[in-house]
Amino acid sequence: MDLRVVGLTHVYAGAPVLQDIDLEIPSGRILCVVGPSGCGKSTLLRMLGGLERPDAGAVLQVGEPPEGCLNPLTYIFQDFALLPWRSVAGNVALALEDRRLGRAEIARIVDDVLARTRLSAYRDALPRQLSGGMRQRVAIARALAVRPACLLMDEPLSALDAQTRELLMDDLVGLWLREGFTACYVTHNLAEAVRLGHRVAVLSRRPGRVREVIEIDMPLEERAERMPELAVHERRLWQLLREEAAAADQELADV
Amino acid sequence: MSEPACAHAREGARPVPYRGGGFAPRPRRWAGAAFLAGLIAFWEMCSRLGWISPLALPAPSEALAALRDLAQSGLLAKHLGASLGRLAQGWTLGVLAGIAAGLAAGLFSLARAGILPLVAALFPIPKIALLPLFIIWFGIGEESKVATILFGTFFPMTIAVYGGVDNVDRTLIRMGQSFGLSRLSIIRKIVLPGAMPAILSGMRISASIAIILLVAAEMIGAEYGVGAYILLAGNLMATDQLVAGVMILSAMGLTVSWLLGMAERRLLRWRA
Repeated sequence: MDLRVVGLTHVYAGAPVLQDIDLEIPSGRILCVVGPSGCGKSTLLRMLGGLERPDAGAVLQVGEPPEGCLNPLTYIFQDFALLPWRSVAGNVALALEDRRLGRAEIARIVDDVLARTRLSAYRDALPRQLSGGMRQRVAIARALAVRPACLLMDEPLSALDAQTRELLMDDLVGLWLREGFTACYVTHNLAEAVRLGHRVAVLSRRPGRVREVIEIDMPLEERAERMPELAVHERRLWQLLREEAAAADQELADV
Repeated sequence: MSEPACAHAREGARPVPYRGGGFAPRPRRWAGAAFLAGLIAFWEMCSRLGWISPLALPAPSEALAALRDLAQSGLLAKHLGASLGRLAQGWTLGVLAGIAAGLAAGLFSLARAGILPLVAALFPIPKIALLPLFIIWFGIGEESKVATILFGTFFPMTIAVYGGVDNVDRTLIRMGQSFGLSRLSIIRKIVLPGAMPAILSGMRISASIAIILLVAAEMIGAEYGVGAYILLAGNLMATDQLVAGVMILSAMGLTVSWLLGMAERRLLRWRA
């Protein structure tokens, strides 16, 4: 299943936030979206998953989600969004509970996904007992449990410290190599964007438009070793963003 | 001064003065009980030494004797049974209605527009002032007393629950929606547990209000009940019985607080 954004425009409190966004997320690839803060990246992501309604334009699913997919468009949130009163297993199970699966089937999926994400030892722990990195791993496990067609990731590493971020980035790359998921990955971190994105879309400051989409051909598994080559892409992204970011930084917030 | 400290002092170095600490009260398990026992012992001593006139305030031992008499005559069970029955009914109904109204006000715009001004208008009215009306509506029997407690606990409960629902993390609700949970599931599995700390603190406040209203309601036309017992004792100037009645009320308050404390520890284990 591909995801296509056509002519998407959104106005918030009289001011345009997003204008004429056209994007394509082909199946099995990762699109990173970068932009200065307040450019509407997160709004765009909320529209991709149907949590917010665009004022004009549309988000289209092209083709059917794969067989056995429970929740085609699945989010991974910046602040994890785990229920603090549920254990790790309970949090993963939550995503499966309204889907007419039997108790045994839910338990089987939870066990399976916790094993795949190496979280089985933590199944009864409460979120407050876990580090930030582990909490995000649980949130990723929860997202995988519903066998998504497309993952929508809203700055999933931004709430973590630099070292944990590096570890989780390796996890994500490993996960993509194994499972080949489709994703839209919103971030303000250019290094993350060039590590994980097959393509990187650069948004301008408010109202957000697509300034450019750059293609990064290098296979994901080689990127950790070929950082210097990636730095070229990163520099190019920064040139595109620099003025926008500076201007966005000077703006007065009026909403 | 130790050897290295001496060496530092010669260079004109001294430790940075400590100015942190404090502002973090910790539970002291037996301090509360000990303080209460000490106070009662002091009171007893004052009475024995004649510093407090027995007419003004009976000694704790006299009040306890009155309590023992009451228990032996079998009346304690009757009074307590009647009171606890009213308390349980009125408080349970008030809490349930308050949770329902608070949830509605927290979740639906129209309900919020209707309920909030109503609560603001009716909460400040002392429910005791309405007791004569309740007696006309529901009769002099149990119903009017239960209704007084129900109304008295309903409003604080509504406010607590509504505030709690408002404070539930919106990203958790978005998360529920993004995983395709039904509205009912989101309320049951995300909103209610998220509002549970506020619900429990609302229960604490409303339980105290319920006990106050119970006594007030029982002072009008009740044969049995702790309030009726205290009123009768007051009319007879039997201060030892009066203090005994007050002790029963305190014990009720302590018991309720202890039960709610247990519920909090159980239901809010997920909080640090």
